[in-house]
Amino acid sequence: MTPRDATPSAVAPAVEDSSPSQMSTAPRAGAGTAAPETSTTDIESQAPAPTMGVEAGGQRGRATADWLPALGSRLIGVSVTTFWALVGLAVFVALWQLATRNSATVPGPLDSARTLGDLLSRPFFHTTNDKGIGLHLYISLRRVFMGFGLAALVGITLGLAMGAARPVWSALNPLVQVLRPVSPLAWFPIWLYIIQEPSQSAIVVIFITTLWPTLINTAAGAVAIPRDQRNVALVFKFRPLAYLWHVLIPNALPSIITGLRLSMGIGWMVIVAVEMLQGNSGVGYFVWNSYNALELDKVVAAIVLIGVVGLVLDTVLLRLARWVTPEEVHG
Amino acid sequence: MSIDINGIRKSFRRRGHAPQEVLRGVDLTINTGEFVSFIGHSGCGKSTLLNIVGGLVKADSGTVRIDGQPVSGPGPDRAMVFQNYSLLPWLSLRQNVRVAVQESRPDWKRARVDEMVERYLTAVSLWEHRNKRPGQVSGGMAQRAAVARAFAVAPRTLLLDEPFGALDALTRSRLQQQLVDLWDSESETETVLMVTHGLDEAILLADRIVVMANLPHPSVRTTIDVPIPRPRSRTTIMHHPVYDGIQKQLVDLLIADNDAELAEAAAA
Repeated sequence: MTPRDATPSAVAPAVEDSSPSQMSTAPRAGAGTAAPETSTTDIESQAPAPTMGVEAGGQRGRATADWLPALGSRLIGVSVTTFWALVGLAVFVALWQLATRNSATVPGPLDSARTLGDLLSRPFFHTTNDKGIGLHLYISLRRVFMGFGLAALVGITLGLAMGAARPVWSALNPLVQVLRPVSPLAWFPIWLYIIQEPSQSAIVVIFITTLWPTLINTAAGAVAIPRDQRNVALVFKFRPLAYLWHVLIPNALPSIITGLRLSMGIGWMVIVAVEMLQGNSGVGYFVWNSYNALELDKVVAAIVLIGVVGLVLDTVLLRLARWVTPEEVHG
Repeated sequence: MSIDINGIRKSFRRRGHAPQEVLRGVDLTINTGEFVSFIGHSGCGKSTLLNIVGGLVKADSGTVRIDGQPVSGPGPDRAMVFQNYSLLPWLSLRQNVRVAVQESRPDWKRARVDEMVERYLTAVSLWEHRNKRPGQVSGGMAQRAAVARAFAVAPRTLLLDEPFGALDALTRSRLQQQLVDLWDSESETETVLMVTHGLDEAILLADRIVVMANLPHPSVRTTIDVPIPRPRSRTTIMHHPVYDGIQKQLVDLLIADNDAELAEAAAA
């Protein structure tokens, strides 16, 4: 058999007119996957549920009875999404009212709204043994920001180091995995004993609380450097600063922000609990103190405010996340 | 600068599979100023060999010497161009080239860096697009920027890993021309090693074609000289008396290989 006979007939014409033959088309199979940058752009998929409340505007108007929300929203002059939000709120308040109508101590929505109005009418008053709710919120926020800021500094630095250097990862990972599931409140007695000052102890507890999500997310972002980019850094002899600045940080940035967002959310939750234990100021103290005085309407008002502040914090960080997420890279 | 590849062996092991020896004792000498193409089926180890010369992959045994000096890691004397462009997506094309030059040539003065960046971005006709980011340009433009980046660090050897594989035929032929122009004109680049899947590309560009193969053949099955004088043109090269012979030889080697593989797969 001659070699030409061995050539599959499908290839033979390509050989004769010397257009790119069968071989030359093979590498194109990978062409669509060539974008070097798919792993870092999906921050939304890494970020879990908390965004739901902020951006649930996606699915509207699927139901057959479109005219009802359309009419309703037209009547009160808001969008269909807002209309449904108002419907949800109204149902919730109605159920609340129904459940508390016979209770003398558990406040209904009207009592709570009145108390909230009272509290907000003089948020920053300050007497020897009483403070306005605004001051308490300010104190709590300050503690959270201090602990969170410190945790961001330490968590991002350590996380980048863990992602960049295998030994650092191996050294820190077991420690992180053991300490991470511990309730941050368990640390409080130790810090209170060492520091002897409740306010600073609270900040340290927030620091520990907010450290883990930032650290873990930063490290996860920093290890997932696309091979192409690592090769480029190797071939062109990137020095540490250039590697940090042009490869490591840009790749890790979306997950860093995700970590910060989770941290902030948890920090804001935990501060309330810490202040209940620590007991001299802050919104958690306010809640506990109101309970002791059997003023549950104040507790409910505080819960509303805590929720609103938490939502604002999350929205700010979500905006930040959108802003730093790199645009889609195509080949 | 001559490249001496001596007894290179490399196996890869995958979980649940027997270790696969992709490079089975490769010996090859590449002379200064040569343009060598590596061709072969997937898995024959041609990219691995290129990465070993580039210092990105360590061989199990054997040495690569460049002008007598053993290769111990990557370096700008052997700049690489990868198939999927490998530009940093957050930097503009100009910054991509510039950062690479600054980092790999720390002893260059600022003026020299700027000159090289501008010269090679202009050479691949991207100077007017220099402020765009990789995501804002076509694949062909991105790959031109990657070629400019490689030339701009003034490497004596250029390593190209299927550089034009992901591009359409027209863009590919334009880039092939630009590559040859850059190589034999002003640049300091003398030697080029290029992994390719294209028979025509290999013949058009190379002085010598290294045909690589999977088992049961040795890794380097044969090398074929391409004694066609330069400058070569894609339209006239096929009329050269040796062209058909080389192409037939390549087709025979690669198709025969393929048939053996298919028979083996059918038997298994």
